[in-house]
Amino acid sequence: MQLVCPAGSLPALKAAVRQGADAIYVGFKDDTNARHFAGLNLTDKQLGEGVDLIRQNNRKLYIAVNTYAQPDGWERWQRAVDQAAAMGVDALIAADPAVLAYATKAHPDLNLHLSVQGSATNGPALSFYQQRYNIKRAVLPRVLSLAQVKQVAESTTVPIEVFAFGSLCIMAEGRCHLSSYLTGESPNLCGVCSPAKAVRWSNEDGKLSSRLNDVLIDRYEEDESAGYPTLCKGRFIVNGKRFHALEEPTSLDTMDLIPELKKIGVSAVKIEGRQRSPAYTEQVTRAWREALDSYKRNPEQFRVQDSWRQTLAGLSEGSQTTLGAYHRAWQ
Amino acid sequence: MKLSLGPILFFWPRDQVTRFYADMAELPLDIVYMGETVCAKRREFNLDGWIGLAREMREATKAQIVLSGLTLLEANSEVSSLKRLCDNGDFMVEANDMAAVQFLSERKLPFAGGPALNIYSGRALAEFIDSGLVRWSPPVECAGSMIKTTIEQLDELGVKRPEVEVFAYGHLPLAYSARCFTARAENRPKDECEFCCINYEEGIPLASQEGQSLFTINGIQTMSAEINNLLADYQSLKDHGADIARLSPRAKGMTEVVQAWDKVRNGGQPPLAVQGCNGYWHGRPGMMSAEEAGLC
Repeated sequence: MQLVCPAGSLPALKAAVRQGADAIYVGFKDDTNARHFAGLNLTDKQLGEGVDLIRQNNRKLYIAVNTYAQPDGWERWQRAVDQAAAMGVDALIAADPAVLAYATKAHPDLNLHLSVQGSATNGPALSFYQQRYNIKRAVLPRVLSLAQVKQVAESTTVPIEVFAFGSLCIMAEGRCHLSSYLTGESPNLCGVCSPAKAVRWSNEDGKLSSRLNDVLIDRYEEDESAGYPTLCKGRFIVNGKRFHALEEPTSLDTMDLIPELKKIGVSAVKIEGRQRSPAYTEQVTRAWREALDSYKRNPEQFRVQDSWRQTLAGLSEGSQTTLGAYHRAWQ
Repeated sequence: MKLSLGPILFFWPRDQVTRFYADMAELPLDIVYMGETVCAKRREFNLDGWIGLAREMREATKAQIVLSGLTLLEANSEVSSLKRLCDNGDFMVEANDMAAVQFLSERKLPFAGGPALNIYSGRALAEFIDSGLVRWSPPVECAGSMIKTTIEQLDELGVKRPEVEVFAYGHLPLAYSARCFTARAENRPKDECEFCCINYEEGIPLASQEGQSLFTINGIQTMSAEINNLLADYQSLKDHGADIARLSPRAKGMTEVVQAWDKVRNGGQPPLAVQGCNGYWHGRPGMMSAEEAGLC
């Protein structure tokens, strides 16, 4: 299984290469990718340097152009595809049929991966993209149980990539407009969820409050640790009770599932987190590299080491991890 | 402007569903979408039951009847059921997942593209038209201006426009998850949900800790708390190229809703403002109303 790691900056890309990522995925500095955050992503010059480093070390470079093009800004998506092709990337990760169609036509040799934002959760959906755009891999949304991932893998000849670690979207990726409902900006159209510019922290009656476009997402007691107000991870009132009605602040961690993912025939595991620091990429990549190598050396005896688990827990939201939808009980 | 009745997004008991359609059959609707689009576990009607009900509805009304497919497919059984729906041989299908698009395009059957398909530009829309799409319901977060530009882009590409259907009334379907939030609210595991969403005929309200209404929990679907209502925007809907206004079923008062829309489309004066939200249509956060945003 290939280890695919995130880089939101050149130092993160270097860290991923150093720690043994098989492939590194990046995005351009605009709204053509789903991590369009201020100060994030690589300039053309940095990308050039990154490509050289990746080639010297015999790794792969993937570029995400995975938001949905808007009718007014098509030139940006076209330019992103052309630039990716000119750089000789190993794969373009895309979701929008407009982008996939253009890439297929203008750059027939470019490897296409279907982004998780494409929301393909079943064999026939994958066939659509395979027959029409000749996709060479698909990243599955984080909504399937392990048994369902197996069913999908068995029903398609498209190689499968799954999320292994990182922030957890509770909703099916590509199928969530909650952020635009509150703030006007969504992952599909703007490459952001719960955008930083809409966040406001304040101290109200001695309690720390987090707001998104003035909507109260959570309020913390003194002894509680506060998290970024991603709107699906706030505490709300439902049926008169206040609780994390949608999801707790927690991260996905599937290291325990490495043997099963391998058995299913998953081609690649993906680490989420282009928006995180180079230190995050460094530590997660190291832990996962060691785990995958350990499994390869001795699959029968594979056991998640405490040190890996501690590293990952320390980098997780709310210091909690979950198997997410892979584990049916979570659903 | 045609009026359509969207699929029932909530889980209602069988009797309530049949009564609802009996009422709707009396109204001046042009299109009626029927079928389960949210959760495959809801079985007051199975697929054959829905098809039977659709046939009855066709007898009772002049409206075109369309069968709507499931949105989030997670199990092989759901894929098989969707395939059977696409093979019904009788009714047009509304595709809400790429699996349906694939089945229908393989069979060369014209289809309606529901709001859960991510089609945000003329170039994307052209791909679906090439696959058999004849009617387009844009994602609910699309602004009117974006819909207009999208269909103009089709003209530039030399592709014939499909019918354009805008989600004009009802709780907005905003998100889909593997998790059932209704079961979670009742502290039940999803596999032992006991179909508890049947007890909430219009979902469960979700509010902020300050009591601000935010969302509506409807099983694995999260909807807007506010009712999206574009009746005051009727002229703007027409100006931006909408051919059909979709009215999404609510538990009560749908007869009055359909009548109000019918009156306006027959020359009645639209209201100056309505309760609820219309932010998305005006390119603002969906929860807003244009009045709040200072747009009118």
